[in-house]
Amino acid sequence: MDVTTIAWTVLLLPLIVAVSILLGLKRWSGLASLVSTGSAFITLFLCIRLAGGGDDLEAASFSWINMGDALQIDIGLVLDDLSRGMMLIVTSIGFLVHLFSLAYMKDDAGKSRYFAGLSLFMFSMTGIVLADNFIMMFIFWELVGVSSYILIGHWFEKDSAADAAKKAFLTNRIGDFGFMIGILLVWTLTGSIYFNEIAAAVGGVENAKLLNIAVFCVFCGAIGKSAQLPLHVWLPDAMEGPTPVSALIHAATMVAAGVFMLARVTFLVESAEMAATVIAWIGAITALVAALMALQQNDIKRILAYSTLSQLGYMIMAQGVHHGSDAGMFHLYTHAFFKALLFLGSGAVIYACHHEQDIWKMGGLRKKMPITFITFAIGTAALIAVPFTSGFWSKEAILEAAHHEHLWGPYTLAIIVAFLTPFYMTRLVIVAFFGKNRSDNADHAKEVGPIMWVPLALLAFMAVFSAYDFLTGPLMANGHADIGHLIGHFGLTATLSLTGLVVGVSAAIYFYKGKDKDPISIPAFADRFYIDEIYEKLIAIFQDGASKVCDLLDRYFIDPIVARFPAMTAMTTGSILRIFQMGNVQTYAFMFSIAVVALIVFLIS
Amino acid sequence: MTILEIIVTLPLLAALVIGLGAPARFTALGASVLVLIMSLVTALRFSPSIEGALQNVSSRPLMQMDGFPSLSLSFGLDGISLVMLLLSAIVMVAAVLVSPKESDLKHSPRLFYLSLLLIGGGAIGAFCSTDLFFLYAFHELALIPTFLMIGIFGTGKNRLRTAWTITIYLGVGSLVLLVGLILAVIGLGGSTFNIEELTALASDAPMAAEMQNWVFFLLLVGFGVLVSLFPFHSWAAPAYAEAPAPVAMLHAGVLKKFGLYGLIRVALPFAPAGAEVLLNLVLVLLLGNIIYIGLVTIAQKSLDRMLGYSSVMHMGYIFLGIAASNELGLSGAVLLMFAHGISIALLFAMSGWLREKYGTLEFNKLGGIGKQVPKLGLLFGFAAFASAGLPGFANFAAEVEVFIGAFAGAQDGLGWIQWATIISLWGVVISAVYMLRAYRAIFMGPIPEKLEAPADICWSMRLPLIILLVALTAVGFVPELLNQFIRPAITVLLAAAG
Repeated sequence: MDVTTIAWTVLLLPLIVAVSILLGLKRWSGLASLVSTGSAFITLFLCIRLAGGGDDLEAASFSWINMGDALQIDIGLVLDDLSRGMMLIVTSIGFLVHLFSLAYMKDDAGKSRYFAGLSLFMFSMTGIVLADNFIMMFIFWELVGVSSYILIGHWFEKDSAADAAKKAFLTNRIGDFGFMIGILLVWTLTGSIYFNEIAAAVGGVENAKLLNIAVFCVFCGAIGKSAQLPLHVWLPDAMEGPTPVSALIHAATMVAAGVFMLARVTFLVESAEMAATVIAWIGAITALVAALMALQQNDIKRILAYSTLSQLGYMIMAQGVHHGSDAGMFHLYTHAFFKALLFLGSGAVIYACHHEQDIWKMGGLRKKMPITFITFAIGTAALIAVPFTSGFWSKEAILEAAHHEHLWGPYTLAIIVAFLTPFYMTRLVIVAFFGKNRSDNADHAKEVGPIMWVPLALLAFMAVFSAYDFLTGPLMANGHADIGHLIGHFGLTATLSLTGLVVGVSAAIYFYKGKDKDPISIPAFADRFYIDEIYEKLIAIFQDGASKVCDLLDRYFIDPIVARFPAMTAMTTGSILRIFQMGNVQTYAFMFSIAVVALIVFLIS
Repeated sequence: MTILEIIVTLPLLAALVIGLGAPARFTALGASVLVLIMSLVTALRFSPSIEGALQNVSSRPLMQMDGFPSLSLSFGLDGISLVMLLLSAIVMVAAVLVSPKESDLKHSPRLFYLSLLLIGGGAIGAFCSTDLFFLYAFHELALIPTFLMIGIFGTGKNRLRTAWTITIYLGVGSLVLLVGLILAVIGLGGSTFNIEELTALASDAPMAAEMQNWVFFLLLVGFGVLVSLFPFHSWAAPAYAEAPAPVAMLHAGVLKKFGLYGLIRVALPFAPAGAEVLLNLVLVLLLGNIIYIGLVTIAQKSLDRMLGYSSVMHMGYIFLGIAASNELGLSGAVLLMFAHGISIALLFAMSGWLREKYGTLEFNKLGGIGKQVPKLGLLFGFAAFASAGLPGFANFAAEVEVFIGAFAGAQDGLGWIQWATIISLWGVVISAVYMLRAYRAIFMGPIPEKLEAPADICWSMRLPLIILLVALTAVGFVPELLNQFIRPAITVLLAAAG
């Protein structure tokens, strides 16, 4: 197969699988799950072949909207280092999640629907990665929203899951509102929706103010998808979906889309200085605020969710830093593996503990589930940036980039986060895996089967080594572990982050070793700074309040004045009324119809 | 007779035959399926390469008198009317299919099916007429059975009052429209009713500016009432809530588009200067449709009224395309007319089924029925997302054209229409809010006690839904299916309007 065929196959195969499950395969859920997993394997295999390198190319495209000179929108695929690398992340994590789900969702009543959703998710994400223009990216951007709606709301008979699905979609829509405006403004300024044409034209844009606004609006899309402040609220709630879905959404697909999109349009961000600064700040603030929230969570998946938010903050921050985009993508790449590992590990724990998610009701799992423990510990090490794990290198790259550009504000926040992350992750590991069993469920926990621990082991390997040359290869041309560089430039950043690691871990051990309940209580962190509650109030006041007012206005003002008044006048005077009062409307209607039809027939013949 | 004349005549003839005693459902179904087949054949034989010219033309002179405009019963299709014909034919088949069997109707099944055919046939006649007089007359022909259907076969307690309200409301609207049309014909010389000739006259010998303002204003109000343009919208939601499902499908899906069709076909080319002067008024009104009605839609507590208001809201986007008045905006508007027509018909068909099976459409009485009727739940999900402008469905493609069209020519700074577009984009959030809330309330969550499960949709119900859904997705994936017809027609229209 030539490269073009491979690229189209990678894109369309998951769609074909999703549609065929929908149209018929759904009756045989076992078969449906195998077909879906098989297709994920095939796309992974094809993406490995694509990753072998080759020139950048635009695969042949299909004309979607053709309006002559006014507008041409194609569905076209672009293959370059960025998309090849991203595809490898998406398909490899995607495949492992499929594999893990085979066991995790074995007895679920909606198994077919679940796997159709997974395939649709893979299709949508692939479309974002391979898109060669903004509108195509937006199309798949929206489809990712729908797939997440289907998967988060998988157990839709539960109120919490149904609400979480709705919340995720609507919060994303708010971001997309800005994204669409941004696309329209970019189109206005550069006259194109194609990335390569925009890149060529952006230098000639004279209206710098509007360009900054446009880039900020485009960034709004990333705020929604990558769950940055202030649109972060959907991500923790999205934990209501099955745990493998959390791994997929958090590690490889949905939230990565925002970072990827900014990396795709680096040329735009770099040309809009103000907007770039805003991006860096929002990323840094999100990293800090989410880390603070994570300190006081007790649900194992929620801790991981806030840590995802925090790490995404790092990646977004990097996109706003001059020359920082590659570092951000590098972190996205390493994070995808260790975060998928942590989520699937938490899935194994939850599965073994009979759907117990409170870490204070676990404890002592280290001995019950040794493989899960070891892999989880490796994932944690990567997340808290223990030297020589993959996470260490990529985080270092981001901090270095910010340092190099003298962005002291975001840099300071990011360093503080480097102290907090080791603290809350060590807390999680100590409470859940050490000490004594604190509930019957934890007492009865057993190690999970190989179909679940094999993906964990593979991911654990990647969590350590994914940063090194022999794995990043040509994909992450500008991001890989470089020990020589580190030793040569061992400076402020490395010193601070290593201090953060030591301080964070020791403090957590000091506070949490052997404890049965949380010795620290900071309600503001535990309650997520009350942001969700504030939003609910705001929605109740502005949206629902305004709706009620408009509804009343419509019923008691506009309708009576515009409609009823003339209607009443006409009714009292009209002779039509008399026909009606004679009662026989049907006869009247029938006679009328006959007359009209007869007239027309007469006229035509 | 041309094939087009047969298409126009067939539903009316079938209505007559039903009135004379032929089996109602069978005849109606046969006629509408034939119309659909012939419309598809016409579309296949339609040649987009003849740049925008009318095709399938026929003309039968009826009146040639000095001092009076010449009148002829003439039909013809350009790309715009072809798309509207396809919309009408598809929705008509679906509406007949979802109609109750004769034995399930309490009274007068003949009248029911006869009226359906008259509504559909009238709409087709209006879209295919190339003569202003018949364009108007066919629409009136379709309107009257609509009133009857709501009054006689409607569902609510207030159905008679509702029927009378919309009779008078739309009657007044039609009257304003008639005045506007007469004024336009007189203003353009009073020699003909032929739309093509009138359009040519409007560009060769345009009306005075003052006159154009009046003509456009009257046409805007007249057509606007029929399309439920803010603030003339309050007839729509109660009417759709109380109409039988097939009538809501045909009216909201097809007949209502007549007003928009008229604005594009008549108002813009006849009074282009007036359109320019009144542009800002149109922008304010369409924002009323999108934002104000959007908020009203969120406040609704039952599905039927919510759908009614949502269909009013979505008219705003079509007006936005018309306000843009360029190739892209107008093409998007026409495509959106098609997309909205299909998607709202789909939604009304399903809400009718739900009302029949569950006896209620109130959100707080339903819940979790995705478990009880999963097939309907799936199809409803598709329709809801289509209506909320999700890619993959025709609505999204059309909206993209409208938005980009409205942004064209903003290089030197944003004008009023661009600001209106930005505000109206918030409507995309609003429509997701009410659609997902409704879906959440009806299909998700725990099932309330006492809510008994009916059997899931059977094939006779699935078929019309699938037909509509296939049309929606086919055009969504390949908008060129319809754009190839729309584009040249719009080019000609814009060239004529100068």
